[in-house]
Amino acid sequence: MGAVAPANAILLAAILFGLGLAGVLIRRNLIFMLMSIEVMLNATGLAFVAGGARWGQADGQVMFLLVLTLAAAEISVGLALILLLQTRRPTLDSDVGNRLKG
Amino acid sequence: MNALFTLAAIVAVISTTMVVTRTVAVHALLYLVVSLLAVATVFFTLGAAFAAALEVIIYAGAIMILFVFVVMMLNLDRDDADRENTWLTPRVWAGPALLSAVLAGELLYAGIAGHGTIVAAREVGPVQVGLALFGPYLLAVELASLLLLAGLISAYHLGRDSGRGG
Repeated sequence: MGAVAPANAILLAAILFGLGLAGVLIRRNLIFMLMSIEVMLNATGLAFVAGGARWGQADGQVMFLLVLTLAAAEISVGLALILLLQTRRPTLDSDVGNRLKG
Repeated sequence: MNALFTLAAIVAVISTTMVVTRTVAVHALLYLVVSLLAVATVFFTLGAAFAAALEVIIYAGAIMILFVFVVMMLNLDRDDADRENTWLTPRVWAGPALLSAVLAGELLYAGIAGHGTIVAAREVGPVQVGLALFGPYLLAVELASLLLLAGLISAYHLGRDSGRGG
């Protein structure tokens, strides 16, 4: 069993990022858009780890940790916003989110 | 080409596609957890065992629990028992369970059979990551803690009166 080529991992990261981007663009439900953003952030972390594995350095995993922190903070604020929007109006359609006057 | 990596990558792509195309949020969450576990396996095959452990603990554990709680809170007005029954039919969990079984097979193959000892060219362990974190990246760690504090405060502020119906 040979070693993993980091180029393949970068390719996988690109595919996952594209899927997440398609999810953000296609779906109009806020929960699904948040999930797709999570997929995209995860793909970014995978690209960082693959880069770190290419050079045998720890920097890639350090950047993955920072991306993890960003994802945790982003998802807590995003979910709190979704809960607030849900209590103000009974829909999760992002297209009606421009009517900000409560 | 590493067979463990290829299998995990295929599982990741399939489950992520299912996340994007599902219509019920809980079904998508199941596939999202499988996708994160598959990416953790990819991390392991890249020699980043510490990142793989963090992926399982924080992403597939903590963040997905947040998602599950919010999805449960969002539609409380429907009949709960009926909803749980429709969510738990075998047609719903068979797909994620199959993909998870593939990942579990990889884990058994790599761990018990001992084929997963040297899969990466150079393994980067937790010691190196910790030394880099609290050496040259110390300022970034402080900034990350500040970011988490900001997230905590804003989530508290936003969620403070969301239960009272606005």
